[in-house]
Amino acid sequence: MNENRFRMRTLFLIAYIVFALLPIYWMVNMSFKTNEEILSSFSFFPQHFTWHNYRTIFTDASWYSGYINSLIIVAINMTISITVALPAAYAFSRYSFLGDKHLFFWLLTNRMTPPAVFLLPFFQLYTTLGLMDTHIAVALAHLVFNVPLAVWILEGFMSGIPREIDETAYIDGYSFPRFFLTIFLPLIKAGVGVTAFFCFMFSWVELLLARTLTSVDAKPIVATMTRTVSASGMDWATLAAAGVLTILPGAVVIWFVRHYIAKGFAMGRV
Amino acid sequence: MSTTKPVNQKAWWLVLPVVICVAFSAVLPLMTVVNYSLQDIISPERRVFVGTEWFVAAMRDEELHGALWRQLTFSLAVLAVEIPLGIMLALSMPAKGWKASAVLVVVSLSLLIPWNVVGTIWQIYGRADIGLLGAMLQKMGFDYSYTGNATHAWITVLTMDVWHWTPLVALLCYAGLRSIPDAYYQAASIDGASRFAVFRYIQLPKMRGVLMIAVLLRFMDSFMIYTEPFVLTGGGPGNATTFLSEYLTQKAVGQFDVGPAAAFSLIYFLIILLLCFILYNWMQRVGTASKEGAGHE
Amino acid sequence: MFDWMVWTTPVAVFFTSIALMLAGMTVWEIKSPTILRKGFLPIATTRGDRLFIGLLGAAYINLAFVGLAGKFAAWFQLEQEPSVWISFAISMVVLVLVMRKG
Repeated sequence: MNENRFRMRTLFLIAYIVFALLPIYWMVNMSFKTNEEILSSFSFFPQHFTWHNYRTIFTDASWYSGYINSLIIVAINMTISITVALPAAYAFSRYSFLGDKHLFFWLLTNRMTPPAVFLLPFFQLYTTLGLMDTHIAVALAHLVFNVPLAVWILEGFMSGIPREIDETAYIDGYSFPRFFLTIFLPLIKAGVGVTAFFCFMFSWVELLLARTLTSVDAKPIVATMTRTVSASGMDWATLAAAGVLTILPGAVVIWFVRHYIAKGFAMGRV
Repeated sequence: MSTTKPVNQKAWWLVLPVVICVAFSAVLPLMTVVNYSLQDIISPERRVFVGTEWFVAAMRDEELHGALWRQLTFSLAVLAVEIPLGIMLALSMPAKGWKASAVLVVVSLSLLIPWNVVGTIWQIYGRADIGLLGAMLQKMGFDYSYTGNATHAWITVLTMDVWHWTPLVALLCYAGLRSIPDAYYQAASIDGASRFAVFRYIQLPKMRGVLMIAVLLRFMDSFMIYTEPFVLTGGGPGNATTFLSEYLTQKAVGQFDVGPAAAFSLIYFLIILLLCFILYNWMQRVGTASKEGAGHE
Repeated sequence: MFDWMVWTTPVAVFFTSIALMLAGMTVWEIKSPTILRKGFLPIATTRGDRLFIGLLGAAYINLAFVGLAGKFAAWFQLEQEPSVWISFAISMVVLVLVMRKG
């Protein structure tokens, strides 16, 4: 009976993995075909294997600048989010203060509010500030969900560090900034990594605000991709290649934080 | 948050940067939305105070009711499929060794794909002319088309969401399962407990906490779903997959109906606020309950 | 600088009163710290929680009233739709109730 159960489970698992991987495989498959092949024949492997689509993306400025813009936006956003979130997360994990729970709740609501709600005011705000179509505008707009997220994840990791460490350090005469930078930060390296990863993820994929706040100069790749979708005569092959390239940075990052990713998700904080 | 933490009001200084940041990007916009919702804005110079008119209009807007209704059905369907599937998946994942890591990475893969690419993947995958899924369904005799048939579109969006987010439920449950000491299983096998008894009396109670979090997170997130259906179906055909966020965006950006869109935003925000409050209190309770058994990965 | 926010007096009054309320709650909290207690609400609450629940409830009451005002007018054969001040009064009563007994 044990044997049977084992086989049932494995079968289910394999079935799920096929279900999970097939769509991704199909896109990768298509990214190596030409448009003619995609539309004319139907095959599991590219018949006329080509790098053409990738070459298009790397040589056409309207495509590769999308990636560069996205990276700039994400980098600005990640830096700001983590810098402001670190001290706040420390405060939440170590002290209780007036209104701490309400403040934490307020932060959570911002993570959960659909960006669509803030769309119009953001548009007005950044037009007034003259920041439309700049990287900083999108990066700042993305703070609304990334800062709460960063505080949340970091607070979880910091709470796992025993408070005795802080106390010992203060007794030894460490000032707060010195303790924080030389002792505490190295201890929560993994947490910072996971936080950075999630900030990266959510800023990288956000479409609505990014699309509304940019037009040409700062247009991120997600917005570029929707433009191709609406263009006449679908360029499926290039779209597929762009999709594959958009997955790659995430895949690279996940490799570095793979031991902590489950923990990050498991905190239920994503 | 435990009660043993020392009280220190100076901690506010550490939180201040976050408060300023979020106030700039959330409170100012929110105030603006409230302003918008009470006025008819024809142009920046010409605006008329209209009181609660937009709220009245929004509360009686049939299309909005339709979108809200579709949203609720969709969110509930998401839960009905993803939660059992996620539990089953977690139960069938290997516990240790290289296989466990490999399966973990493969399973979490779909979580890490940018949402618009999720839409793109399924857009390609579901097409009857070029997509594997669409073509297979056609071969099997279904007249499948997610762009033409409302039901098909709805089911495709649901399948996409299941594909995308079931791993989150599975990972949460998996973490819950790993926190069960082996001794429990040994005791159960000595007692000759059936597979179902082990699940019902050992595994399910241990997963209860994470499962609640999974339910609420999935509910909230599916409640604000935007990118994936937008890329896949653009809300169509007709308005079959126009969920709340999509509808709001159409109003705000598409038609530039600032006032009605703002009133609608506020109503949406109130719904989210209520859900958030419930979620937060649940997490607090689950958090304090599981802190006693803390120390596990 | 704040032109883009298209301020109107009622909204300004609304947010000022929210700010005052927060300030008042802070002062009250310092003078006499709240204790977690269990009233008719399903969870144990502090003063701040009750204020939040009360305000949220008030908002929902007003919205529901606005949505149903047309129906009310038909049911009770009113000549015009009932004023929103009625629901405002009801919601304030609820707020007080939640604050005191919740």
